[in-house]
Amino acid sequence: MQRRTLLAVVPAALVAAGTAGCSSGSSDGPVTLRFLSLAWQKESIAANKKLVAEWNKKNPKIQVKYVQGSWDNVHDQLVTAFEGGDAPDVIHDESPDIAGFAAQNYLQDLTDLLPSALKNDISAQSWDTVKFAGGGIYGVPFLQESQIFVANRKLLQQAKVRIPTVDAPWTWDEYAEVCRKLTVKGKQYGVAWPLSAPVNKVLNLSLNFDGTFFGTSGGKTTVHVGDNEKQVLRRIHDQLWVDHSADPATVGMKGADPLPAFFAGKYAMVPAGVYFRQQVVQGAPKGFDWVTIPPLKGTSQHQGATSQTLSIPADGKNQKQAMQFISFLLNGPNQATLALGDWLVPTSKEAAKDPRLTTTKDDWNVATASQQNLVVAPYLKVDGFDEWKTKVATPAMQQYFNNKISLDALATKLVKDGNEVLKRYQK
Amino acid sequence: MSTARRGGVGTPLKYLALLGYLVFLAFPLAWLASTALKTPREMASLDPTWIPRHPTLANFAEAFREQNLTQSAGNSLLVALTAAVLTVLLALPAAYALVRFRSVLNKLALAWVLVSQVFPFILVIIPLFMILKQLDLVNTRGGLILVYLTFNLPFALWMLQGYVRGVPKELEEAASVDGAGRLRVLRTVVAPLLAPGVVATFLFAFISSWNEFMFALVLLKDPDLATLPLTLVRFTGADGVARLGPLAAAALLATIPSLALFAVIQRRLTAGLLAGAVKG
Repeated sequence: MQRRTLLAVVPAALVAAGTAGCSSGSSDGPVTLRFLSLAWQKESIAANKKLVAEWNKKNPKIQVKYVQGSWDNVHDQLVTAFEGGDAPDVIHDESPDIAGFAAQNYLQDLTDLLPSALKNDISAQSWDTVKFAGGGIYGVPFLQESQIFVANRKLLQQAKVRIPTVDAPWTWDEYAEVCRKLTVKGKQYGVAWPLSAPVNKVLNLSLNFDGTFFGTSGGKTTVHVGDNEKQVLRRIHDQLWVDHSADPATVGMKGADPLPAFFAGKYAMVPAGVYFRQQVVQGAPKGFDWVTIPPLKGTSQHQGATSQTLSIPADGKNQKQAMQFISFLLNGPNQATLALGDWLVPTSKEAAKDPRLTTTKDDWNVATASQQNLVVAPYLKVDGFDEWKTKVATPAMQQYFNNKISLDALATKLVKDGNEVLKRYQK
Repeated sequence: MSTARRGGVGTPLKYLALLGYLVFLAFPLAWLASTALKTPREMASLDPTWIPRHPTLANFAEAFREQNLTQSAGNSLLVALTAAVLTVLLALPAAYALVRFRSVLNKLALAWVLVSQVFPFILVIIPLFMILKQLDLVNTRGGLILVYLTFNLPFALWMLQGYVRGVPKELEEAASVDGAGRLRVLRTVVAPLLAPGVVATFLFAFISSWNEFMFALVLLKDPDLATLPLTLVRFTGADGVARLGPLAAAALLATIPSLALFAVIQRRLTAGLLAGAVKG
């Protein structure tokens, strides 16, 4: 009996030793909010921490604890936290992810909590990216990404091509012509398209030609691929396999993979999100002269956008205080600071006027201006989009960009197989 | 005892193969070290080099400055050591009992080991979270230790059974005939013979706990409690983009305790693994 007791007690005592002094506990003092931040760039982490410290200094009764998460795991982390009723008070995430959480009633509808100053300062198209489940607002959108090109200025100048500006952007036709001029057979390509994850990029850019890919009729959402939807797909494919102005070797690459070859002059341009400028600034060899190419123009410069968001859990105990903190963190000047840290564009109208975001240094003026072209990505409101993307669109587009299937075959797969997937999500 | 054959054409080839294998094993660590000492510019070069052209410690400084690596390492050490000690303490007597006192339990234990390895973590993580929440063990090192203990135990038990079987029962009987009581037999005869197996099991439990990420991510909310894997992932962003320099520097530092532990107990570990393998 004594031995049995000992066997039970020793592990318990050791566990207790490990536990001692490490539970978070609670206090009757000021409210403490947990803020789950996904900032990961050096400047962004610093900006977030600085703003949290500033808030804590000014608000002794509402203290904020900064908790750093990671983009790769935030979904799993939040699912468990929501199920266990222990979600952070302020949640940093992105609109595609919170769409699912909103549908499952994990997030608070912020419509009645939002102060008018914050609501009015953020553009209407940005609010569209966080409206789900019957029109409720399930997050405050604050950072967005537009698609630009980063180009080697020296190569553009050598090829004597016009360098586009915000007011006079390239059309897709002009861009294709420039790429042809920049291509030197066996030595240099006009562009490198990293397309290991092609779907969001293609869908966002297809809005240049009003290509939406999804339509809703009678409450049912279906996939459609007509002439508008085929434009960007065909143009990228033709650069790879008809013009040979894009290197097919980059089709299997991820976003930053072509950078070394870009710096070495093998590629004149790389398409990317605006954050990519940070990678260029950090990694470019001394003297490397680069320029940001504004969004291309089709029938318009529209691009699909999602947003980084701050949300409040539905069962959060300090929702008003959480919203006060969000309002502080996302006011004009602070949002400009966060945008600078992440090299993204702010949703705040006031932040967009901040001199730090309109300077020509690192082409911030081009990046910030590109926000005007963003509209809500049509796929954001499509139930079943993730499955369509993973099981149907990604493999089919990869086949197409590898020249294994025709554009018509791709369209058939996207529509026929895609509608089978979406059917299961129709309510 | 066996004698090693020396000479012949085969020996140089064996050494060559061994060298090749060592290079293969060392490659990731060496590349990690090389990356940790490079500048961002050099990392983005189209012409990668093993030896950094302009070696820098800036990545280490940045990793330490931005993330509390020392505190995370302390948390990892405490959690992994406690979990490993508890695993051995619980698995050892259980393994001994299962081997020496044969019953239907042996088969059940084996089934338990196999079944426990079948379930993916993600399947059990929510129920586990809720149980620990009921016990007020979420966001505590104790809760994490308990989880690691639970997941280490089946395999540790299976490992130790092999070592216990390798200890001849006749030795224990001889000691009993000489007048030694059961506890004395265990302490003076069985324990020394099982030492290599215990070391191997301890190391398995330690490394499993040291490297574990998912449970730590879900159970620990307070940044002050974060273990090293949680801290390392903070250097990565969305879509596979990472801050390679600080990440490599921090990852390199995170491997040092495991390597040190291996270096210290390597001899015993090898003996333990061989014993289990031959006589299991």
